[in-house]
Amino acid sequence: MSTLSTTGGTQSSAMQRREASTRERVQVRGATLDVAELPSFGFSHRSLMWWGTLGLMAIESTVFALTVASYFFLRSHVAVWPMNSVPPELRWGTLNTVLLLASLWPNHLAKRAGEALDRRKVQLWLTVCLLVSLVFLGIRVLEFQSLNVRWDGDAYGSVVWLLLGLHTVHLITDTWDTGVLCVLMFTGPVEGRRFVDVSENALYWYFVVWSWVPIYAVIYWGGRLL
Amino acid sequence: MNAGSEAVRRNSVPPTAADAQALEATWRDPPGAMGWLSAVNHKAIGKRFILTAFGFFVAGGFLALLMRLQLARPENKLIGPDLYNQLFTMHGTTMMFLFAVPVMQAVSVYLVPLMIGSRSVAFPRMNAFAYWIYLFGGLMLYVAFVLNIGPDAGWFSYVPLAGPEYSPGKRVDFWAQLVTFTELSGLLEAVILIVTVFKLRAPGMTLNRIPLFVWGMLVTAFMVIFAMPSVMLASTALIMDRLVGTHFYNPGEGGDAVLWQHLFWFFGHPEVYFIFIPGLGFMSSIIPTFSRRPIYGYTAMVLALIATGFLAFGLWVHHMFATNLPEMGKSFFTAASMLIAIPSAVQIFCWIATLWTGKLVFKTPLLFVLAFFVILVLGGLTGVMLASVPLDLQVHDTYFVVAHLHYVLIGGAVFPLFGAIYYWYPKITGRLMSERLGRWNFWLFFIGFNGAFFPMHLLGLQGMPRRVYTYPGDMGWSTMNAIASVGALMIGVSVLIFIVNVVRSRRSGELAGSDPWGGGTLEWSTASPPSACNFEAIPVVHGAYPVWEPRREPTHVAGLAVNSREVLTTTVLDAEPDTRMPFPTPTIWPLVSALATTGLFVGSVFTPWAVVWVALPVAAAMTAWFWPKRQDTNASVALERAP
Repeated sequence: MSTLSTTGGTQSSAMQRREASTRERVQVRGATLDVAELPSFGFSHRSLMWWGTLGLMAIESTVFALTVASYFFLRSHVAVWPMNSVPPELRWGTLNTVLLLASLWPNHLAKRAGEALDRRKVQLWLTVCLLVSLVFLGIRVLEFQSLNVRWDGDAYGSVVWLLLGLHTVHLITDTWDTGVLCVLMFTGPVEGRRFVDVSENALYWYFVVWSWVPIYAVIYWGGRLL
Repeated sequence: MNAGSEAVRRNSVPPTAADAQALEATWRDPPGAMGWLSAVNHKAIGKRFILTAFGFFVAGGFLALLMRLQLARPENKLIGPDLYNQLFTMHGTTMMFLFAVPVMQAVSVYLVPLMIGSRSVAFPRMNAFAYWIYLFGGLMLYVAFVLNIGPDAGWFSYVPLAGPEYSPGKRVDFWAQLVTFTELSGLLEAVILIVTVFKLRAPGMTLNRIPLFVWGMLVTAFMVIFAMPSVMLASTALIMDRLVGTHFYNPGEGGDAVLWQHLFWFFGHPEVYFIFIPGLGFMSSIIPTFSRRPIYGYTAMVLALIATGFLAFGLWVHHMFATNLPEMGKSFFTAASMLIAIPSAVQIFCWIATLWTGKLVFKTPLLFVLAFFVILVLGGLTGVMLASVPLDLQVHDTYFVVAHLHYVLIGGAVFPLFGAIYYWYPKITGRLMSERLGRWNFWLFFIGFNGAFFPMHLLGLQGMPRRVYTYPGDMGWSTMNAIASVGALMIGVSVLIFIVNVVRSRRSGELAGSDPWGGGTLEWSTASPPSACNFEAIPVVHGAYPVWEPRREPTHVAGLAVNSREVLTTTVLDAEPDTRMPFPTPTIWPLVSALATTGLFVGSVFTPWAVVWVALPVAAAMTAWFWPKRQDTNASVALERAP
């Protein structure tokens, strides 16, 4: 019987050390590879859902990129842009961009609290994130009103509404996800894997925020600079 | 499910009878009608998926037979132009969106976990959801067709023909929503497959030991992720143009019809490879087994697959040579189209080398594989011809293109697929299919196929356009059309024999045992049909053909729970044991969510407000799906160990 080594479940904060200790938890005895001592969940690339979320992010990034490409394709076929209107007002869109970027901070704290398996802090920061998301959605309504064009006015209007609409769908779904997770963290049942969900919910929010930056640039500055 | 109340029991090596019994009880889907609707086992879903896809194949084939019947003689009055338009649109849409792409994903839903030594696919509930969405999308299309609102603008629905001005009514709307259904399902399956292959491989199955079929599906899944969003975006924009007055494709208000072609073919060309690459995977599975030797040039094969995956994204404009794009741009796409012959040739040469140096066993699966070489090479050669702009312009929209695409798709994918069904049927059912019927099936298909499609090359060169419902008698096209129709009928008979073979062998086929062909990959190391958990003890892998290799220790994994669903995850590159994680139990919610989503998609054809209001039941169902049951949580907590 050759035990490679077994370290107990010591609470080390660094993820790399956690992984190193995992590999040593596997035991080989003759024909047997014993995995009973492995952890039952893991953060980041050790989690299936992390990879699944990455897959969805790849799909949605492709949708955003193709919509932006369509915007430029349509732009290249007409002389004046916007075709029959003035560019969107900058006020609400820019305010929302600043707020979205600022929301990375409470999300980062929620992610960290999740990775520390700290339920109290997760409750706190998820609640903050949820409230902030509701503010974005409110401002998003004002953004639609300040586009200065209707979707059925011309092709420019169609593609601008599509871009803003696609991103808004992401805002809505992630607000809903955050809300469900937040309630669950208060009511239970909670197990270790739910903290992985918290971490991945924050990751997805990062995506929603960072994908907004190029979309903001196209919607609000495309009509001014092109 | 019951681990909360009783102590956790873990498997030993070799697994005891009690282990096997407990695993079966833990992993099987619940009995009864409700249990059937709640099933999440990848083999149950995989079988339904394969059967449904073949159901659509038969339906799409039947529509093709009707077309061939109409074209069998000149000025035939059997089918009018309106129904004929629906027939060719339904045939193309069915074969591309409801058969060829889904069937490959369906087969891999069943096979990939068995080939990589896992108990399940990743996200088994999402897998069930993806199946239901696919089924409901297909049913919607056929219900619409029966009600005489079947789409009629061709399977690529070019605008302006498919736009609101030239296609009023609901026909094209159903087409656009079918795309939404099938692509949603396809995208989810792609994510499931990638995560399955990345994280659920048996310990020791490093990247250079993954079976080539699994490599093929992995490359395909990545292509799906970057290509399918394009057609979803295109069809969403189309349906918005038709229903809420946007102007994406309306030149009168700054829109552009060529935008549709770009978005469609940016998906549509890679789509050919979603169909073709899994076919290559079947080839690479069947050839080594029936040559009695490992594949020649494993690394070159993998690199060729990946190269094909990349190059496939540089070809879409060769479908658009008849548009007013810059000539310089077209030259680039001609070059790229020629370039893709290189990785294809690498694989063909590796297979030939494998066959050449092996001891061939001429069973039905190998016959289908050998036919691939003949048919695909012919289709590939006409592909090289079509890649040149002047020739393409000459034969654009003629039967030459119809002949080419059927040679590539049927030769490249359907022949290997039939071989694959003969090959893995004993694994799925425990019984072999009849060799005698298999030979009839093969030869009728092979002769019928060439009879049906070879004359179309000549018809196309003589100028017969595709998608015409009839033709005058004095064009000199009558004989060849008659031959093509007889060939189509032979294919029909051949498929009928195939169905008889499948049904009869299910009851009375020869018992197969775990490894009837002497295959070398992991699926042949477990029972036929496999138990609910696939492997009572997860194997440890030491080479690319574990079954053929001498025993090396450690042989199996011990320490996974037997009375609670638990799977082993491994690291992405080296497949080292990483975690043992609890896995989802069967539930009705994926079906309910799929029904709600169907309501949303179908409702949106009639009013845009459906997107808003039906989103509420969709959100409610998906939340119920996610919400953990206390029972399941207790089971997980009993097994829990923090990282």
